[in-house]
Amino acid sequence: MKPFAYERPVTAADAVAALAAGGSTARYLGGGTNLVDLMKLGVDQPDHLVDVSRLSRATIDETHDGGLLIGGGVLNSQLAADPIVRARYPVLARALLSGASGQLRNQATVAGNLLQRTRCSYFQDISKPCNKRRPGSGCPARDGHHRELAILGHSASCLATHPSDMAVAMTVLDARIRLLGTDGPREIPLAELYRLPGDQPDRETQLDPGDLITAIELPPLTAAHSDYRKVRDRASFAFALVSVAALLDVADGHVRESRIAFGGIAPIPWRARRAERVLRGAPATPESFARAAAAELDLARPLPDNAFKVTLAANLLVETLVDLAQR
Amino acid sequence: MRGLRRLPLPLLRSPANVELQVRVNGEPRSLLVDTRITLLDLLREQLGLTGAKKGCDHGQCGACTVLVDGLRINSCLALAVAHQAADIVTVEGLADDDDLHPLQAAFIDRDALQCGYCTPGQLCSAAGMLAHEADRPSFVTSDLAGPPGPLDAAEIRERMSGNLCRCGAYVNIVAAIADVAR
Repeated sequence: MKPFAYERPVTAADAVAALAAGGSTARYLGGGTNLVDLMKLGVDQPDHLVDVSRLSRATIDETHDGGLLIGGGVLNSQLAADPIVRARYPVLARALLSGASGQLRNQATVAGNLLQRTRCSYFQDISKPCNKRRPGSGCPARDGHHRELAILGHSASCLATHPSDMAVAMTVLDARIRLLGTDGPREIPLAELYRLPGDQPDRETQLDPGDLITAIELPPLTAAHSDYRKVRDRASFAFALVSVAALLDVADGHVRESRIAFGGIAPIPWRARRAERVLRGAPATPESFARAAAAELDLARPLPDNAFKVTLAANLLVETLVDLAQR
Repeated sequence: MRGLRRLPLPLLRSPANVELQVRVNGEPRSLLVDTRITLLDLLREQLGLTGAKKGCDHGQCGACTVLVDGLRINSCLALAVAHQAADIVTVEGLADDDDLHPLQAAFIDRDALQCGYCTPGQLCSAAGMLAHEADRPSFVTSDLAGPPGPLDAAEIRERMSGNLCRCGAYVNIVAAIADVAR
């Protein structure tokens, strides 16, 4: 591993200043569960780490309107165990608990979870070309190993999927991200955080260099039922082949509101707006749910070894909605 | 070493050494560490505590699990410098002198190991899980809002999924943990 300087500022403002002073090879260090691994692999080679894992305000607080404000340094395990998250945002608790292992959830922060990198095997292997890691070097996945990779939102230059479970749940919760940058604080919807790869897969977010995620805000949730389901190659401690986060509000047998996002099948947490439009006002039946799934997955452009994800995603969405409609 | 304590901290230019104060198995330790060293390598190489094992070194096998401030973590992905003032317990610190930790006794009683390589990580992981996480839901808990109730085999398997055993001693590992969870 390349030598690096380490510092641990006390405030978020000091952290932003320290990162700016460190230049383009400085990185924020949260729990380190992804960054330290990438440094061992040689995928990332920072020469300056600014440790933000113990900044003040790593707390979970209710907002005045009944929502939740989650500090960026809150641990994944801490958020999953929070009584309010468990009672009011079950989709988020379930997504967090489906991610990684007990040990990793005790290390990883929620801000770091949002900004973790793809686990595409080519991205993580510095002996291989990868347009995300080395722009212009090529993508061997299309003709190579792509079973786990994207069926939606990908481009000719990149097939990587976003690995987070938590971000998929936060997408249907319409979370907002509070940032601190060199120009001061600002706030953006989570839906605007991530970028599709296009011909610049190395640019994954809308963040400016030095932006620090200080908190995530969840708006209050209505009476809708919500859940997170995940299909993977083994029963636990594996990334999603396909996952679904869904909220469903049914009145008189009809869908009043639905919010749906897929994980494991796209470069970003994939909000299924087409499916949501099909469901608005529709009878809350398996037939409607199947029509909604088909409308969204009509956009899918699978490759030979991940075509199974189209069927899997449709079935998983229908099953999740059927279950939510019965509650 | 004494002179180095007066260097301006925490920022030192590369190659960087940082003074680290930690507690390991109850003993205060003051160390000069390379910023690159993981907690696992610090324990094994600098402190001679070889109980925590380096299996995959990528956070995928759990053999390096130790307790930091009571929480089980993968020490292979933890930078030592990021753990200033941490209270660390390794498998060497689980027993109370000659009195085995209940989990250690249960692992012997249930024959919960074959080669034993994963056992220190299994023990620390189970100890952290039972002490700090037993009252929280897991992915397989049906009612997330309420207390999870007694940990059955399905709950123990889910909660211990971060610890792999290549010998496949899982059946007896689950039985041993269930004995202590009761």
